[in-house]
Amino acid sequence: MYRYIIRRLIAMPLLLLGIVSIAFLITHFTKGDPLISIIGERQMDNPIVIAAAKARWGLDRSLPEQYLIYVGNLLTGDLGTSLRTKQGVGLDLLQRLPATLELVVAAMLVGSLIGVTLGVAAAHYRDRAADHFARLFALIGSSLPVFWSGLILLFIFWYTLGVLPGPGRLDTRSMAPPYVTGFYTIDSLVAGDLRIFAESISHLILPACVLGWAVMGIISRLVRASMLDVLNQDYILAARAKGASEPRVLVNHALRNALIPTLTIVGFSFAYLITGAVLSEAIFSWPGMGSYAVDAARNLDYPAIMGVTIVGGAAFLLTNLVTDIAYAFVDPRIRFG
Amino acid sequence: MAESASIHATFSRPRWLTAPVAAGALIVLFWAGVALTVQWWPIDDPVAFVGKRLAAPSETHWLGTDALSRDVLSRTLHGAQHSLPIALVVILSAVAIGATLGAIGGFLGGLADSAVMRLVDITLSFPPILLAMAVTASLGPGLWHAAIAMIIVWWPIYARLMRAQVLAVREREHVEAAVAAGASAPRTLFAHILPLCWSPILINATMDFGQVVLLIASLSFIGLGASPPTPEWGQMISEGAQKFYQWWIAFGPGMAILSVVLGFNFLGDGVRDILDPRTQ
Amino acid sequence: MTPNAASDDGDASLLEVRDLEVTFATARGELEAIRGVDLAVRSGETLGLVGESGCGKSVTMLAVLGLLPPSVRIKGSIRFRGMELAGRPQKELARLRGARIGMIFQDPMTALNPVLTIGAQVAEAIRIHDTTVTARKGAERAVEMLKLVAIPFPERRALQYPHELSGGMRQRAMIAMAMANEPELLIADEPTTALDVTVQAQIIELLRRLQASHRMGLVLISHDLGIVAGTADRVAIMYAGRIVERGAVEDIFDRPRHPYTRGLLASLPKIDGQATRLTAIEGSPPSLAARPSGCAFHPRCRHAVARCATQEPILRDVAGTAVACHLAESIADAALAPMATDGHPSHPNATA
Repeated sequence: MYRYIIRRLIAMPLLLLGIVSIAFLITHFTKGDPLISIIGERQMDNPIVIAAAKARWGLDRSLPEQYLIYVGNLLTGDLGTSLRTKQGVGLDLLQRLPATLELVVAAMLVGSLIGVTLGVAAAHYRDRAADHFARLFALIGSSLPVFWSGLILLFIFWYTLGVLPGPGRLDTRSMAPPYVTGFYTIDSLVAGDLRIFAESISHLILPACVLGWAVMGIISRLVRASMLDVLNQDYILAARAKGASEPRVLVNHALRNALIPTLTIVGFSFAYLITGAVLSEAIFSWPGMGSYAVDAARNLDYPAIMGVTIVGGAAFLLTNLVTDIAYAFVDPRIRFG
Repeated sequence: MAESASIHATFSRPRWLTAPVAAGALIVLFWAGVALTVQWWPIDDPVAFVGKRLAAPSETHWLGTDALSRDVLSRTLHGAQHSLPIALVVILSAVAIGATLGAIGGFLGGLADSAVMRLVDITLSFPPILLAMAVTASLGPGLWHAAIAMIIVWWPIYARLMRAQVLAVREREHVEAAVAAGASAPRTLFAHILPLCWSPILINATMDFGQVVLLIASLSFIGLGASPPTPEWGQMISEGAQKFYQWWIAFGPGMAILSVVLGFNFLGDGVRDILDPRTQ
Repeated sequence: MTPNAASDDGDASLLEVRDLEVTFATARGELEAIRGVDLAVRSGETLGLVGESGCGKSVTMLAVLGLLPPSVRIKGSIRFRGMELAGRPQKELARLRGARIGMIFQDPMTALNPVLTIGAQVAEAIRIHDTTVTARKGAERAVEMLKLVAIPFPERRALQYPHELSGGMRQRAMIAMAMANEPELLIADEPTTALDVTVQAQIIELLRRLQASHRMGLVLISHDLGIVAGTADRVAIMYAGRIVERGAVEDIFDRPRHPYTRGLLASLPKIDGQATRLTAIEGSPPSLAARPSGCAFHPRCRHAVARCATQEPILRDVAGTAVACHLAESIADAALAPMATDGHPSHPNATA
C-alpha cells in the first residue's frame, strides 16, 4: 500500500507545476501584453505602477526567466494583486475560504447522504417505480443550472412560502460570531450563541441542498451500479443463508462493499461542487471564493481570475490525492494485499 | 460493411426505443427545429421593445416581458440559435482534437503517448469552469472566445476515451492478422482500428452536448460569454437574477436549458443501447 | 433401511421434500427448473445429491431455504421437522437459516465478505440469532468455532481477512460460520469443488466428524460421485431438473439402474487393475429452455426406445431403489458395462 501512496505523492508536485505552467501560458499568450493582465487597462498610463509590476514579475526579462519568477512568486504565496480589492489575491482568497468550505462541506453531506440512500433504494427496487423515480430525481439534479435552481428555490421557499431565510450567511441585522474557524456554525457554538448557530444552519440549508442536488446525481448513479454489482455476489447469498435480515444484508454486507468504489467519486464530486460554488454563491450572496471568482470575471480582474484558477486546480488535485489515499486504507485488499 | 449491417439490423427492433429515449429524441428534434427555423416564426422580435416592462405572463406574452420590455418567450426560443450551434462547434472540435491526439498516443505509445497523457492529466486537473473562465477572460469576453475556452476544457475527455479504445482494439486478433499480412501503420490505424473505436465517443458526445450548453450558459451568466442584447439563456438568467421578483424572466431560459440537457441525456442513453457492444 | 423417501418417520425425519417444483420467470417466458422432486433426510444421515451443472441440485436446496429470488414460483411441500416451509414469509425463514439449517457454498473466496474479518463473519452468525451476545462474547465464540474446524492459531486468523487465508482454510471458516449455532441440518453445496485434491479429503473428513459429533443431517451436493460414495448414506441422482434415481448408497453403486447413473459410474476412473478406456456420456445436458420431450435423458441413452421420447417416466420403486426409467427392470440386472466402447452411437431421436 505504501508504494501506491508514494507514487501518488510523487506525481503531485509535477501536476501542480503543470497547472502553474498552463496558467502562465494563459496569461502570457492570450492577452497581447501580459502587463494588462497584471495591472489592468486603466493603469497602463501610470509609469510607477508599471515599473513596480515589471520588477515584481520580471517582465523585462526573457520568457524562461519570467516563468521562474512566476513560479517562485507562487511558492511564496504571491498570487498577484487584485485590481478590484487592491489586496493580494492570496489574502483575498484566504479570507473567503471558510465561507466556501462551510458551504461545500454542507453540500457534500447533503449530497452524499441522500445520494447514497437513493442509490441503495434504486438498486434494491431495481426496475420498479422507486428505482425510476430515484434515478430521475438524481438526473434532474445534475442537469439543472445551479444558478437557476438556486433562484427558483429561493423564490419558492423564501419569497412565496417563507419557510427558509433569504440570501446571505446570516440575517441582515445579525453579527457574525467571533472568529475561530470562520465556520459560522462552529464559531457560534464555541461562543455559546445558539441563536446565531440556528440562524447559520437555516441559512445553509437552501444553498447546501441546491449544491447537493447537483452532486447527488453522480453519487447515486455510482452507488446504484456498485450495489447491483455487489448484490449479485455469493457472499450476499451466504449472508442471507446465515439468517441475516434484509436491512442487515443491504447495509452491513452490500453497502460496505459498494461504498468502496464510491469513495473515488468523492474526489470527482469536488469538481462539481467547486463549479456549483462558483455559480451559486452569487445567487445566495454568499461571501465565498465562488462569488469572488464571479466578481473577478465580471470586472475582468485578471490577477484574481488566475489566482482562483490556480488555487482551484491545486485544491482539486489535493482532494483527489486524499481520496486515493483514503481508498487505499479502506479497501482491505489494498491495505493488506 | 459489417458495421452498418449490424446497425441496420438493430434499427428494426424497437428494443432501445424506450419512453425516455423517445422523449429525448422529441426534445432534441424540437430544439433543433427551433434553432434552424425560429427566425421565421410569427413571434415578437427578441430584441424589440413591446412597450410593457416587467409584465407578468399573460395571453399576449406567455412568459411575460423583461426589464427592457422584450418578450421573454421569444427571447427564450431565439436563444436556441445561439447556444445550440456553438455547442455543436465545441463538441465537434473537442472530439476532433481529442480523438486525434488520443488515437496518436494510443497507437504510437512511448513518448507521444506520455506527452499526450501528461497534457490530458494537467488539463483535467482544473475544475472546468475555472479553466474556462481563465481562458475566456484572457481572450476577452465573447461567445466565440468562450467556445475556444470550452474546446480547451473538453478535448482531454475525448483524448482519454479514444486512447483507451485504441489500446483495447489494438490487441484484437484481426488487427494482428492485418499487421501480419503486411498492412502499413497508417492503414492499420485507419482501416482496422479506428472504425471500431467510435461508439463510446459518439455516446459521450451525445450526452455531453447538454453539459456544453450548460457551460456556455454558465459562462454567459457570469458575464464572460454572450453580452446584451444577445438572447442567450445564461445571460437572460443573469438579468432574471437582478429582477428576482419577476420570476418569469429567468423561468423561460432555465427550463430551456433543463430540457436540452435532459433531452440529450436521454437520447444518449438510446444511442448507447443502439450501439450495444453485444451486437458488435 | 427403507428406500422410500416419502415415509413419515416421525422425529427422526429432519427434512422432507415432496413434489417440489421451481419455475423461473424470464424474458422469454417461464422456465421450469425442477419438478416432482421428492427427498428426505434424517438426523445423523447424509444425503448425497448428485448431478451435472445445471441439473437443479443447487436450486432444490436454495428453494428449501427460501433463498431464491421472489420472482421465482415454488410449488410443493418442504417440511423441516414436520414444519411446512414452503410459502413461509422471509422473516420466519431467516430465523431458521443459520440457526437450525446451515448452508455452505462452493467457492469460499466469493462466499465470504472480502471487507469483514473472518472472526467478525463467524461472530455475526451467532449474534444474528442471539441478540444478547455481546461483541466480545461473539468474538470469543468465533475463535472457539474456528478451533472446532481445526484452523491453527484461531485467535490470529479471526482477525484476518478472507484473502489472507488459503482456500482450505477459507472453506473451514465457512463451515465454522454455518456450524456456529449448531444447526440440525447442514447443506453443503459443492464444498470441495473449488479446492485442491489434497484439501478436499480434509474437508470431507471435517464434515463427517462434525456430523457425527452433532448428530446433524447432512445434504452433500456434488457432481463428483467419488466424494459422495465415501460419505453419503443415501444418494439421489438428478438430471435436467428431475430425480432419476434414489436409494441407499451401496445399492446405487453396486447395482445402478438408471442409464444416466450407469454412465456416471462408468466414467469414474477405476483404481482396481483393468485399464479400460475412460468413457464419458456422449452429448451434454440439455439447457432449461430446450428440454427434450419424454425422458430428458433419451437423446443420450443407448437403451432408448420409442416410448422414451414421448412419455416421461415416473420415479418408482424397483427392487429397493427409486428409479425413473421405463426400462429400469430390464437394465437392472445387466452388468455394469461402459457405454459406447463398441462405437455404437446413442440414439438422438429414437422414433423406431
